Amino acid sequence: MTDGAARTNLLQRLWAGQTLPVIVVVAIVLAFWYAMVIPMNASRLRTTFENNNQTYTFSDLVAAAFDMEKPNLPAPHQIVAEMQKTIVDMPATSKRSLVYHGMITLESTLTGFIIGSLFGVLLAILIVHMKSLDRSLMPWIVMSQTIPILALAPMIVVIFNQFDVPSIAAKAAISAYLSFFPVTVGMVKGLRSPDPLQLDLMRTYSASRWQTFFKLRLPASVPFLFTSLKVAVAASLVGAIVAEMTKSEDGGFGARLLAGSYYGQTIQIWAALMTAALCACVLVALVGLADSLVARRMGAAR
Amino acid sequence: MNEAKRVVDIAKLSLTYETSDGPVHALSNIDLCIEAGDFVSFIGPSGCGKTTLMRVIADLETPTAGTIRVNGLSPHEARLKRAYGYVFQAPALYPWRSIAKNIALPLEIMGFSKSEQNARVAKGLDLVDLTGFEKKFPWQLSGGMQQRASIARALSFDPDLLLMDEPFGALDEIVRDKLNEQLLRLWDKTKKTVVFVTHSIPEAVFLSTKIVVMSPRPGKIHDIITCDFPRDRNLDIRETPEFIEIANRVRQGLREGHSYD
Repeated sequence: MTDGAARTNLLQRLWAGQTLPVIVVVAIVLAFWYAMVIPMNASRLRTTFENNNQTYTFSDLVAAAFDMEKPNLPAPHQIVAEMQKTIVDMPATSKRSLVYHGMITLESTLTGFIIGSLFGVLLAILIVHMKSLDRSLMPWIVMSQTIPILALAPMIVVIFNQFDVPSIAAKAAISAYLSFFPVTVGMVKGLRSPDPLQLDLMRTYSASRWQTFFKLRLPASVPFLFTSLKVAVAASLVGAIVAEMTKSEDGGFGARLLAGSYYGQTIQIWAALMTAALCACVLVALVGLADSLVARRMGAAR
Repeated sequence: MNEAKRVVDIAKLSLTYETSDGPVHALSNIDLCIEAGDFVSFIGPSGCGKTTLMRVIADLETPTAGTIRVNGLSPHEARLKRAYGYVFQAPALYPWRSIAKNIALPLEIMGFSKSEQNARVAKGLDLVDLTGFEKKFPWQLSGGMQQRASIARALSFDPDLLLMDEPFGALDEIVRDKLNEQLLRLWDKTKKTVVFVTHSIPEAVFLSTKIVVMSPRPGKIHDIITCDFPRDRNLDIRETPEFIEIANRVRQGLREGHSYD
């Protein structure tokens, strides 16, 4: 009786919380993925069987599809096994270790993210305080983001190669290029978010521009800032990976993706992709954590 | 009249907004004198310019004609000298600041020392009966408590002039009565000059020493009524014939000034 009650309770909690929906979605995605692995790889497998004059059943085809060395679409467990091998089993110093490459990517991601965010905040402050800049700068800022980063990345690498700077500089620059934009847009909106009443209040105290900035505009912009930073940190990672595909001699997830596609190592590509995605999740979650810590200090409703 | 006692002195003041539909006469030919220690209410229908007139005193709007002196200075100079505390229709507390920090906001801006700030915040909290709530954030307080905190904030730097723009407009009748009484006690105790904008006839008559009845399109003063109730009046005076008589005169004034076209 108690056991049954406990079970219903657990089910109810699963149903009410996020756990069950997440599990269901993951299960559906995995089922669809496994189902797709078979048709995606079938024609190549059939050719192989026929060339070897082998007779084969459907279950032979399925077993072979889940165990190819260079499949068109690898099965999830193959990717997991590759990740296990290259993340956990290998020493982090190995050039084939995803930890090694991940650290390289994260280094340029975070450098670019910090530079880009600071630059984005600075631009927003200038735009909010100078009407002429709002009109003259904003179109350029928007236009900068319409150029495909894939086209621009090699140019930036070439330009940075002219100078005697650390090799991380070009990659961080590309990350910064992608991450400043959401921060600028979000901060401009945030710095302008105080309502007329709150601004009038500052006027009645004859507060200076800087006092109004530090005591009103800046704290009011904090929620906007963190939303932008979440977008920016993910964009920053994308920027670093794109940069590494141009500058692959340094390593990183991008280099791993490029090498994988040279040699048709699809499992290696997918493992690097998945690990990069996991890194992005962790980065966004960390920004989210900082957000909630700051929000709590600033008296947000809990 | 003693010149030094004139806190606000307005002569032939007009304010016209230029809009795409032509000029809008928000204020027209206003003459008004507010003396030290007065409790002056501006009453009138929406659009009669009562809030605008108060914003002119506070240098939040600039008149297009006429003269205005606040403490013998131009409103701009008076604002730079922090001559007044302003209470808005909404509490306008900053949500990321605790109640104590909100009350300390003007003190921080005006550069009071930390110990002076603490002393004044404690005094302000006591004045509006919010002691014990200093660490709470605005969302944790009721509307009436929030508005009281905003009054404490306006009084924290001890301005002689308090400008209140329908401060209790959003509150229910019972809370409003209570706050009105508290405000009167405060005014009586601190001897400040109060300018008060309201929609409510009983509120205006109960609080004021002088009621300015305004009418719209263009915003102008229709009548100025003096109320001679003792400074330590309480809510019971609302039942007296004198109170009802003044209330009737205000109502009459509002009716005459109001055009229903």
